[in-house]
Amino acid sequence: MTDAEILQGVTDIFRDVFGDDDLVLTPDMTADDIDDWDSFNHINIMVATEVRFGIKFQTAEVEPLRNVGELLSLIRQKLSVKA
Amino acid sequence: MLVGLANLRMDFLRTNRLDRLLLERFPTPPAALQTKPIRLALLASSTADHLLPAIRIAALRRGLWVTIYTNQYGQYQQELLDGSSPLHLFAPDIIVFAFDARHLAHGIGAGSGRTSDSLADSTTARLVTLWQTARAAFGCPIIQQTALQVFPALIGNNEHRFDGSAYGFLQRLNARLRTAADAERIELLALDDRAAADGIAAWYDPVMWHRAKQEVHPAAAPLYGDMIGRLLASLQGRSFKCLVLDLDNTLWGGVIGDDGLDGIVLGQGSARGESFVEFQEYVRDLAQRGIILAVCSKNDEANALAPFHSHPDMVLKRSDIAAFVANWDDKPANLRRIARQLNIGIDALVFADDNPFERDIVRRNLPMVAVPELPVDPAFYSRAIADGGYFETLSVTPEDVDRAAHYQANLERTTLQAAATDLPQYLKSLDMVMHSGPFDKVGLQRIVQLINKTNQFNLTTRRYTEEEVLAQMADPQVATLQLRLLDRFGDNGMIAVVIGRIDDRGRDFTIDSWLMSCRVLGRQAEVSTLQLIVEAARQLGAERLVGEYCPTAKNAMVCDHYAKLGFDLADRQDDGASRWVLPLASFAPTENFIANVRKNND
Repeated sequence: MTDAEILQGVTDIFRDVFGDDDLVLTPDMTADDIDDWDSFNHINIMVATEVRFGIKFQTAEVEPLRNVGELLSLIRQKLSVKA
Repeated sequence: MLVGLANLRMDFLRTNRLDRLLLERFPTPPAALQTKPIRLALLASSTADHLLPAIRIAALRRGLWVTIYTNQYGQYQQELLDGSSPLHLFAPDIIVFAFDARHLAHGIGAGSGRTSDSLADSTTARLVTLWQTARAAFGCPIIQQTALQVFPALIGNNEHRFDGSAYGFLQRLNARLRTAADAERIELLALDDRAAADGIAAWYDPVMWHRAKQEVHPAAAPLYGDMIGRLLASLQGRSFKCLVLDLDNTLWGGVIGDDGLDGIVLGQGSARGESFVEFQEYVRDLAQRGIILAVCSKNDEANALAPFHSHPDMVLKRSDIAAFVANWDDKPANLRRIARQLNIGIDALVFADDNPFERDIVRRNLPMVAVPELPVDPAFYSRAIADGGYFETLSVTPEDVDRAAHYQANLERTTLQAAATDLPQYLKSLDMVMHSGPFDKVGLQRIVQLINKTNQFNLTTRRYTEEEVLAQMADPQVATLQLRLLDRFGDNGMIAVVIGRIDDRGRDFTIDSWLMSCRVLGRQAEVSTLQLIVEAARQLGAERLVGEYCPTAKNAMVCDHYAKLGFDLADRQDDGASRWVLPLASFAPTENFIANVRKNND
């Protein structure tokens, strides 16, 4: 899976979670940048990401995530282990 | 439109998103919905917020609008007991108790000194007390979620022998809940059965529990919501009623018109042939517990009928099928025809067809029809239909079991009607007998069903829960009637329900609800019913009958009902609602075709 495909997949998830079809993700985006990004929606993002990419995050992997860029590279890393 | 949207299969994110849009667009229930909005209290011991959107959407899928209240985290018991709590302010008309396994198993453990048996007993007793408290406070239906088996086993296959096991405790508790629920008339939400079929991993992820105290996995929320939606629909008598079956490659393999009787695949000797037999057996069992069967096939009728008459391995017989439509018209048109023939709503149909094209055209044209996505292999057909939960039923009444025979006899009546030269002669030839009585416990389920699903012959379309009906039965100012109609073709079952109330002055008897089954339309059963209402009103000392007509999208057929019965118009509102009056002093019975009226137990 290419980086562009991963970004597209994650963008789709964010757009569904926040109900905003114009949302554009940037690597340095954090929970502070999106109004509704609370703990409830954070869990929804993680679960949807697992389902969408067929991967499973460990508790210890999710907690230190600081921004969208780190989420993207974690997905990339998980997918490469899977492949 | 709303119901159509909710019918799209959606993952949890899409479900949440649709839910958010709906709540923004409709802060209050939309006027277009035919059903009474439901106020549901979900009382949970851990996080439940992630389940609410799915419950609302699943209910909407069944034409029900639900407003949900959830308790403050960990406070369900206090809120239940405190008469001034937000829960009491909310005044729910359905309560769902959703307790996580750890909450229920609190106090068990190897070395705790508690045995799984004694804890299962005391926990069941605690839950029964909760149900009784809730019922006393709100008088509404109660749903109890069974426990998800989240614990790992300690000793293995024979876990039940180790008395300190939390796993064994949950096994025992779930078994006891079934007995207790029957005794207390509580409905179960059987998460344990569902998780046993899907695998616990589909329902529960310990990571989600530790992260957010979500026992039900967010990705399983749509299914959780759907299971509640099925129960709500069933409580309202709005489950689907009829399974419409395609023939070629749905009931047998191959195409009867091309392959002929000896060319279709059905019966022992081939794996596919056996799969079709097993599917037919499942369908027959559905019919035997009260689901109406219909056939909708693109075929010449003679070809379509041939296997039913002459194939030795056919499990289903022609007499099992209440409406048999085989022609070359499009399927949406034929489904409308079937609903009309059977006198049921088109939204009561489930359409099973192996052909994706036909499924798609039905979904597009008739979004209210349920269309399960049949898998390619017929071995999984019955599972696909069962998993849809279309025919959810809280208990099977004798009426349900007789229903298929019922509809069959109705078709014969129609044939006789065509043969009889004039209507009075036909009606006389039916030898109709009416049985009447006040509501009773035996008839209660069917009464509630009729109150909640009758749309056409329904003067006021007031929906009542079982609890509300029980309250009316106990009210000395209320008179109730349930009527059955028998004729030479058989028992039509309960065909009319009436609820009336005498005012405090003891003068006006107002007919709060009058509804009749469309099965018996055109038999002048309403004339006999009026006489029975008059008698009931006179017994309460009434001087006048007052009838109301409240128009809905579906009950235009009874807009002149009271005029036809000789009532005088008292007033008419702008919205078409009207009130009618009949003085009892001058009332004289009219002749009709139900000569024989028998009364039970009043």
